[in-house]
Amino acid sequence: MGVRFQAEERGAWNARFWTGFVLAGLVLGLLVPLLNRWVAPDSPFAVPDYLVPLLGKYLCYAILALSLDLVWGYAGILSLGHGAFFALGGYCMGMYLMRQIGTRGVYGNPLLPDFMVFLNWNELPWFWWGFDHFAYAAAMVMLVPGVFALVFGWLAFRSRVTGVYLSIITQAMTYALWLAFFRNDMGFGGNNGLTDYKDILGWDVHLPETRLGLYLASVVGLGIAFLVCRFIIASKLGRVLLAVRDAESRVRFLGYSTTRAKLFVFTVSAVFAGIAGALYVPQVGIINPSEFSPGNSIEIAIWVSVGGRGTLIGAMLGAALVNLAKTWLTGAAPEIWLFFLGGLFVLTTLAFPRGLVGALRYLRWTRPSAPAGAVPAPAGAKEPS
Amino acid sequence: MSPVAAARPTGDVLLYLNGVTVSFDGFKALNDLSLVVEEGELRTIIGPNGAGKTTMMDVVTGKTRPDMGEVFFRGNEDLTRLDEAEIANLGIGRKFQRPTVFENLTVFENLELALADSRGTWRTLFASLTPERRERIAATLSRIGLAEDSRKPAGALSHGQKQWLEIGMLLIHDRQLLLLDEPVAGMTDRETEETAALILDLAQDRTIVVVEHDMAFVRSLGAKVTVLHEGSVLAEGSVEHVQNHPRVIEVYLGR
Repeated sequence: MGVRFQAEERGAWNARFWTGFVLAGLVLGLLVPLLNRWVAPDSPFAVPDYLVPLLGKYLCYAILALSLDLVWGYAGILSLGHGAFFALGGYCMGMYLMRQIGTRGVYGNPLLPDFMVFLNWNELPWFWWGFDHFAYAAAMVMLVPGVFALVFGWLAFRSRVTGVYLSIITQAMTYALWLAFFRNDMGFGGNNGLTDYKDILGWDVHLPETRLGLYLASVVGLGIAFLVCRFIIASKLGRVLLAVRDAESRVRFLGYSTTRAKLFVFTVSAVFAGIAGALYVPQVGIINPSEFSPGNSIEIAIWVSVGGRGTLIGAMLGAALVNLAKTWLTGAAPEIWLFFLGGLFVLTTLAFPRGLVGALRYLRWTRPSAPAGAVPAPAGAKEPS
Repeated sequence: MSPVAAARPTGDVLLYLNGVTVSFDGFKALNDLSLVVEEGELRTIIGPNGAGKTTMMDVVTGKTRPDMGEVFFRGNEDLTRLDEAEIANLGIGRKFQRPTVFENLTVFENLELALADSRGTWRTLFASLTPERRERIAATLSRIGLAEDSRKPAGALSHGQKQWLEIGMLLIHDRQLLLLDEPVAGMTDRETEETAALILDLAQDRTIVVVEHDMAFVRSLGAKVTVLHEGSVLAEGSVEHVQNHPRVIEVYLGR
C-alpha cells in the first residue's frame, strides 16, 4: 500500500452524526435492557442475565480503548501504561465497595475491611478516609488517575521524552505500581485485592437489576467519553495534536506549547481510563494487582490498533471484537489465546496498519464508482465556507 | 541592479548576537559569532557547508542553547532564556530547509494553525473560526497560489507547493522577524523567481534574514550579505563587496 493521505476522523456535528449516535445509544441502552427484562428467557432473542455484566465489561474496555486512542491515535503518545490509570480508578471504586460491606464481613468489623483485620490493623489508614461516601469515591475515581497522569506527564513531556522511550517508561510505571500493590503493607489488600462486595448505593451488586443499572451506567459513560474525545479532536486543539503527532518541533516553532497540549490530552485520557476502571470493578466483582500487569496495558494498544487507531469508532470496535474473541477463545481453547493475540497484532501491523476501520475506508475509496484520481474529501473536516 | 533596494533599515537593532559559541563534541559550529540585524532590514547569509548558518538559526529560535555569548531581540528580550514556543510568540518565524508542513492536515488547516491567535491550550480547545480569520486564510491561500488546493492534505502537494505553503504559514502570522533557511532549495527557476519577488514584497514591512546557497537568488534579492565561515563572520556588505573580497573568494566563491 503506497502512501495515501487519509483524512482522519475529525467529524462535524451534523445531523448524520447525531442520528448514528442516537441509534447506537438506543440499541445499547434500550434494546439490550428490553431483551433482558421483558423478553421470555427461553426466547432466542433474550439476553440472559449472565450476559449483561459481560457486555458491560466490553463497554468499559471500549471507554479504555477510546482513552488510549485519544493520546496514541491523535497525539502520537503511545502509552503502554494506560492499564495503570484504569486500575487506579478501579481501586477507588473498590475501596468504596469495601466500605459498604460494613459488619457483613467474615470478621464483622464495622470499620475495617476483612484483610485489615487479618493483618491485625487497628485503624483505617488515612487514605481510606472518606471512601464510605459515594460522591467522594466518585471524585477520587477521576482525581487519582488524573493527578497521577498530570505529574507523570509533566515530568516526561517537560523533559521531551517521546516515542519508544515514553512507551518504555509508561511500562515501567505500571510495572512499579503492579509490584507496589502486591505488597500487603500498601493497604489495598495485597495479592487478593478488593473483593466480596455487597452493595453499591444501597443496591445488592448481585441482583440482575443492579447489574442492568451498572450496564446502563457504562453505556452512558461510553457515550460521554466518546463525545468528549470527539469534541477534543474536532477542535483546533485536535489539529494541534495531530500536528504534534506528525512534526512536534515544527509545532513549537509556530508558538504552541506542545508540552501543555500533550499534558492536557494525557490527563483527560487518564481520567476516562479511571472512569472505565470504576465502572468495570462492580461488574466483575473484584480488583486486584493483576490489572496493573504490563501485559494488560499492551493488550489495550492491540485493541486500538486492530480496530484502527486515529478513529474513535475503530478503538471501540477493536476493544469489543478482540475481547469477544478472548471470551470465546479462552473458553474454547485457552492455550492458543496468547498466540492468537500476538498473531493478530503482527497481522494488523503488517497488513492493516490503519486497522479494521482504516481498511474498510480504504476499500470504500478504491471502489470503481469513485471518480478516478479524486482526492477523498476529508470526511467532515473543517472547510472554508 | 540597485543594491539594498528593499532594505530600509531604521537604525534600530532588532536582532543582536554577541560572541555566540556553540560546540558539538568539541566541534565549534559557531565560534564567537557576532551579528546585528536592524529593524526593517533584508539580510542574506551565505557560507560554505558547515559554516554555521543553520546553527545560527537554531540559536535564535531556541532550538539550541549557546555555550557562550548573548542573543537579544528588540534590545531586551534575552532569547537564550526562552523556549521555542515563547520565542515564536515574540514574533520570530522560521522556515526550515526541508519544507515541513503538517502532511496529514489540509492546506487550510495548516494555515489555520499558523494564524496569529491565542496559543493557550484551553483557548485552542474552544477556538472557533471567525469570518475575519477565514477571510485572512482565504487571502493567504490566493497569495501563495493554493486556493484550489485548500482541502487537499498538505502531504499531497508538490515540493514547490509545500515550500509556498510554509511561506504562507509565516505570512499569515505577521511576524516581525522571519528566518528563511534556503527558501528556494529544490525549486524550479520560475518558482525561484516568484519566491524572490514574494520575499522582496514581504520585506516591505518586516525584517527578513535569508540563508541561501544559490548566488543567483542572493543577487536577485540585492540585499546586504553576511558571509559566514567556520562559525564566525568573514565579510559583510553588498553582493559586489563580498564577491570581490579576497578571503571570501578564497574560502567560498573561488571554488
